[in-house]
Amino acid sequence: MSLTDKDRIFTNVYGYQPWNLAAARVRGDWDNTRDILVKGRDAIIEEVKASSLRGRGGAGFPTGLKWSFMPKAPPVDAAGNPKPSFLVINADESEPGSCKDREIIRHDPHKLLEGALVAGFAMGARAAYIYIRGEYIREAETLFAARDEAYAAGLLGRNACGSGYDFDVFVHRGAGAYICGEETAMIESLEGKKGQPRLKPPFPAGAGLYGCPTTVNNVESIAVAPTILRRGASWFSSFGRDNNKGTKLFQISGHVERPCVVEEEMSIPFRELIERHCGGIRGGWDNLLAVIPGGSSVPLVPAAEIMDAPMDFDGLRALGSGLGTAAVIVMDKSTDIVRAISRLSYFYKHESCGQCTPCREGTGWMWRVMERLRTGDAEVEEIDMLQQVTKQVEGHTICALGDAAAWPIQGLIRHFRPELERRIAENVREAAE
Amino acid sequence: MPKLTVDGVELEVPQGATVLQACELAGKEIPRFCYHERLSIAGNCRMCLVEVKPGPPKPQASCALPAAEGQEIRTDSEMVRKAREGVMEFLLINHPLDCPICDQGGECDLQDQSVAYGRGGSRYHENKRAVTEKYMGPLIKTVMTRCIHCTRCVRFSEEIAGVDEIGALYRGENMQITTYLEHAARHEMSANVIDLCPVGALTSRPYAFEARPWELKKTLGIDVSDACGANIRIDSRGREVLRVLPRVNDDVNEEWISDKARYMVDGLVKRRLDRPYLRRDGKLVPVSWNEAFAAIAALNPGSSIAAAAGDMADCETMFAAKTLLAALGSSLLEGRQTGMDYDTSNLAAVNFNSTFAGIESADAVLIVGSHVRWEAPLVNVRLRKAAKRGAKVFLIGPEWETTFGGEFLGEDLSLLGNLPAHVAEALKGAARPAIIVGGAGLGRGGLEAALALAGTFKLVRDLEDGSRWNGFNVLHMAAARMGGLMLGFAQKGGIADLVAAKPKVLLSLGADEVDYARFAGSMIVYLGHHGDKGAHAADVILPAAAYTEKAGTYVNTEGRVQWSDKAVFAPGDAREDWTILRALADAFGVSVGFDSFEELRGAMISQVPALGGEGLADYGSELPPGGGSAAGTIAYPIKDFYMTNPIARASATMQRCSAELLHGEHFAEAAE
Repeated sequence: MSLTDKDRIFTNVYGYQPWNLAAARVRGDWDNTRDILVKGRDAIIEEVKASSLRGRGGAGFPTGLKWSFMPKAPPVDAAGNPKPSFLVINADESEPGSCKDREIIRHDPHKLLEGALVAGFAMGARAAYIYIRGEYIREAETLFAARDEAYAAGLLGRNACGSGYDFDVFVHRGAGAYICGEETAMIESLEGKKGQPRLKPPFPAGAGLYGCPTTVNNVESIAVAPTILRRGASWFSSFGRDNNKGTKLFQISGHVERPCVVEEEMSIPFRELIERHCGGIRGGWDNLLAVIPGGSSVPLVPAAEIMDAPMDFDGLRALGSGLGTAAVIVMDKSTDIVRAISRLSYFYKHESCGQCTPCREGTGWMWRVMERLRTGDAEVEEIDMLQQVTKQVEGHTICALGDAAAWPIQGLIRHFRPELERRIAENVREAAE
Repeated sequence: MPKLTVDGVELEVPQGATVLQACELAGKEIPRFCYHERLSIAGNCRMCLVEVKPGPPKPQASCALPAAEGQEIRTDSEMVRKAREGVMEFLLINHPLDCPICDQGGECDLQDQSVAYGRGGSRYHENKRAVTEKYMGPLIKTVMTRCIHCTRCVRFSEEIAGVDEIGALYRGENMQITTYLEHAARHEMSANVIDLCPVGALTSRPYAFEARPWELKKTLGIDVSDACGANIRIDSRGREVLRVLPRVNDDVNEEWISDKARYMVDGLVKRRLDRPYLRRDGKLVPVSWNEAFAAIAALNPGSSIAAAAGDMADCETMFAAKTLLAALGSSLLEGRQTGMDYDTSNLAAVNFNSTFAGIESADAVLIVGSHVRWEAPLVNVRLRKAAKRGAKVFLIGPEWETTFGGEFLGEDLSLLGNLPAHVAEALKGAARPAIIVGGAGLGRGGLEAALALAGTFKLVRDLEDGSRWNGFNVLHMAAARMGGLMLGFAQKGGIADLVAAKPKVLLSLGADEVDYARFAGSMIVYLGHHGDKGAHAADVILPAAAYTEKAGTYVNTEGRVQWSDKAVFAPGDAREDWTILRALADAFGVSVGFDSFEELRGAMISQVPALGGEGLADYGSELPPGGGSAAGTIAYPIKDFYMTNPIARASATMQRCSAELLHGEHFAEAAE
């Protein structure tokens, strides 16, 4: 049971072919998109719902359901004019370990643009804003060029694809803040403000970009939509376990023989994923220490638990971790695991927006304690204190960055407490000598 | 009306209430830092967390969560207690805990709430964050290390003041609150952020290290720096007023006051007249009270006496002067010092009829000859609110920097008779149209022309909800104006009538704006508290009390009668004004019929019953028809916001504000 090439959605993820419109059309993109639109808004949303596609940005919220939250009839403003709706596409891929959106935009940008039109049409959006990470300079250039191609070919803009629907796509470059990947912070940033998450409610589907109904989707969620609609929900949902359907881009980095980005079906066992695509763990399976299976913000999973676990939302949640963006960070026994997690803590301290108290103050505190735990310059009780501090941050913040900062540390303490205590004991012994 | 339970107690809350408000209705105290009733909801301090079912199994920020039918709210559960302890711990880890040297000590939200909701000790052993001070001007002292990033100051300057001056730089634990390029905050309400700051990050610069709050006597007063009559609390120690803070009054000042109202009080101890003076051989020499009275009585003016009231006179002083003049057979009373002579037979025509709270709901406003930001900063705040709700605002007069947009139509009063079509259209189509005539728009036929417009656009009307709307407003600048008009301090020809009468004695009740050269033949008796213009021109100076040193009645530009209490004693030999006038009656050998302040007030109320109770005086809503044509270029009378009265002119703080904020002078900061 493994994905065959004919079932791959991203057929140019390695860039063996050009990204441009002509090549994309050969690969099947923009193939009679009008026919998809002709099915109508409800039919598209129903089809996506039926495919059981879950959002690929990390939280795994059902995509079709999210689209259906958009108002059918546009709300009106104070003066009685109807408000437009917007689709915002999250290409601010900043999670350490994640690099799938980059590959999509580099090599298959037309999948994303076509998806933007289809999804935007399904939710009645006037335009899509693609918020691309500031550091993705070449990718942004590609995306701008691809968008211009699509406009020139009449695929976007007025009467997009001859469907009679007017739809614009704007590409907006970020300035390098991780927090702008949070959906409401992204909306703030698009509006030209400081990227700080908004309070919810109101949710973006009610009042998002410029106060208008807005849906924020990940690049991958959008890019797979046209293929799902062409090949049918049943095709997509034939992969993976119940509630975890479809194919997914996995991004394997770290101590494997051949790190790669690969499209595989959901629920593939970890061992098979590594063996088939990455040439195995560096130094053999006995050398595996731990894996962070879903990007930096999910707790790590020790080797014994991950080896045969299915790589999907529910399977990894059962292990106390999560699929996240499927950015699999593999660490072998040469890894200084405490230093690795401490570095992640530094990242979250650096990227906290500073708006709400627990995250602003807590991320710095956690990182400083982690640094001392790394060298063993701490008391054993401080491990428990650190655990409590992570609990004081988790669930007390406006957005999920607080949770994301807390979880890696919680995972470390859960699985590697003896290592932490060993360092403290050794440090004390050294000091005594 | 959602029904919900708070800690097991069922209650019904108004539609649109938040969970925090619901908890308060249930009598539960919810700690908070960032939440403020008059600012937008930020939800960032996370101190107001409560447990709400149904909902996610984590505490929710009650300030931002709408109350909904069937919610079960717990404010006393273990989860809530722990959440509060946690947030409090985070707030304190990087807070310097320098309470003993912090001016906020004793009135600090962080201090109080850490006692109530924090944990006993600290577990934080890392180094604390230090933040460089930010320069925010001569009024606001900053110790930014203490800042807890509640962003109240940011939201105030953005939403209330309408000046985007304060903001946050950087992110995460490096976030810092600062002014734009560290320039001084340049607006008339800037110091309100000091009250809003829940910690000691923004404190009062002139008041730095002066006193602790528990040492202060708190007196309820009324501000006299403009005609808004802001409700203030006068904090004094011994004989000195140390600071002024706003009181909450939703009808008048909400909970803001202007910087001038707050900071001119240091002028109360400068340039004071603290003993009587008499002009001998062209020079003012100190004399005793008896000598001063004897010198006046020796002139034996009889009915050849007139009185001019200053801008800060209270009603009792004016009434005592009026009674004295009446006993002598004179009725030459005037309060409009600069020569205005508008008709005062119908006070509704010179009153701010829509009220301050009412102007917020106006949907089209025409402002004639008023620099509202300088003449009445509190009204400016209301106008901003109206504009934010969608009101169209038009202004006639020289351009100034508004905080509410608005369209300047031109500088000439003749526009009143010739409004551009779109302005007339807007006023005609409005449900609640309003006209505001400022001091510069009253003369040269402006008031009459504006009254004519009031008729054209039906500014007085019954609204759909059954209430009465009167959109005709006159915005005065003197705290004494409406009280003076109610007491008859107005001649038909204005102060020119007094000049024409050539009185032997001119009683000047703190009148510092009068052109005394026109009274060259009169003996000028100056009752006042500051050695300002009036004192320079005076022949006799009788030292009197400033507004903090006497009880008094003031009527603001809305016709709102308000009482102010006495906070401190006047310095030296100075006396309360009414006692001076009472003694003067003895010197003249006439009777005024009162021997105590209560008797004086009683006599005043029996003559003008509207002064007998706090609240809006009823002038009726019938406006005179007006008419005629107005012409002339408008020139605003206030040239310097910080220097409009003798107290402010004597105040070092106001002088510095004027020099730095309006005249661009640069002041080197002393190293601390």
